[in-house]
Amino acid sequence: MARYDRAITVFSPDGHLFQVEYALEAVRKGNAAVGVRGTDTIVLGVEKKSTAKLQDSRSVRKIVNLDNHIALACAGLKADARVLINKARIECQSHRLTVEDPVTVEYITRYIAGLQQKYTQSGGVRPFGLSTLIVGFDPYTGVPSLYQTDPSGTFSAWKANATGRNSNSMREFLEKNYKETSGRETLKLTIRALLEVVESGGKNIEVAVMTKEHGLRQLEEAEIDAIVAEIEEEKVAAEAAKKGPSKET
Amino acid sequence: MECVFGLVGNGFSILVADTSAVHSILVHKSNEDKIMVLDSHKLIAASGESGDRVQFTEFIQKNVSLYQFRNGIPLTTAAAANFTRGELATALRKSPYMVNILMAGFDKETGPSLYYLDYIATLHKVDKAAFGYGSYFALSMMDRHFRSGMSVEEAIDLVDKCIIEIRSRLVVAPQNFVIKIVDKDGAREHAWRETVKETTAPPSA
Repeated sequence: MARYDRAITVFSPDGHLFQVEYALEAVRKGNAAVGVRGTDTIVLGVEKKSTAKLQDSRSVRKIVNLDNHIALACAGLKADARVLINKARIECQSHRLTVEDPVTVEYITRYIAGLQQKYTQSGGVRPFGLSTLIVGFDPYTGVPSLYQTDPSGTFSAWKANATGRNSNSMREFLEKNYKETSGRETLKLTIRALLEVVESGGKNIEVAVMTKEHGLRQLEEAEIDAIVAEIEEEKVAAEAAKKGPSKET
Repeated sequence: MECVFGLVGNGFSILVADTSAVHSILVHKSNEDKIMVLDSHKLIAASGESGDRVQFTEFIQKNVSLYQFRNGIPLTTAAAANFTRGELATALRKSPYMVNILMAGFDKETGPSLYYLDYIATLHKVDKAAFGYGSYFALSMMDRHFRSGMSVEEAIDLVDKCIIEIRSRLVVAPQNFVIKIVDKDGAREHAWRETVKETTAPPSA
């Protein structure tokens, strides 16, 4: 196995591209990221590993705009993310210039996935060590979409998905609790999924909401704390309701 | 025959452009909007080769957008004007863009501004400017009546004076004009001055 993992362009005898799989490992070590698609709102949430005291946390934005109607969150190597995001932003404007139309979410996802794939089939380069969650509204139909790409260059659409650390637990939670939501409910579902794997509190999560009218809006720490408090209360009430009736009988 | 002119007032900038698209002796359309909204608080009026005019201003607009996404804040008007001038200068000794540009913008820190860029990459920050044959008349009227810090009403009054001069003294005067304004509330269309309306309906029998 050790002989087949040096160069990206070498298949192993059992059909693996080890460099790509190692890149997926890098993603698994990255911070948790989750995205949920509602009927009129899409929410992205990212775990914020504790910021150093002297660091200006505003300079570390993990959820970014690619265009007015498209946003991206990622898990994995942040330096690789910068390169991909920059290329994607240029492509968004270039598309507008050549065809006078904003990109669709699928188009820009296909573009980013295409870039990631290119680096799995070239000599002397390594794959991008990140998976992205791309959200947005179709510029004409207004339909919301959530897509995920990974280092191998595959992409697909999701109703809700998670990537990065403990993504399996988050995805399990989402599979159990997902239902069609809108507005604040979508936001609460996203934060509840994140809280499964992250210490609660506005200090540890970064959340952004995208709507058709207002584009991407980053939530303030105070807002996140308020919603977390609401979720905690609901949890306590649910626990009490479970215990309550049995106590009475 | 294209006329583009502009001026700076009290907390706002105005750009005026004729709206005729002409090819030799034929007027293709008389409602061609030559003042593009570059971003929320910038206007760019261009006159010259019609192909270059659209291609170049759209190229500048997309690059200004890209800067905003990359850096999270919009370009200042001065920066946008200098960037545009840089693009004109780079292309000048290869295959020049034959466009003359007036760029008007409003920045929170420095207020309204107007920049004059011509096709050989001249850049000047000015209070009033004009391009085209109409400039002979517009500049003269502005030299006579312009004061710094005019109100919107006074500025529109001066704009109308210039349009009257252009209409009465230029042998092939443009038929319609569009007026756009940019101030702290953003860039937007202010008014049209029309003598001929583009209609699609045939004349009634």
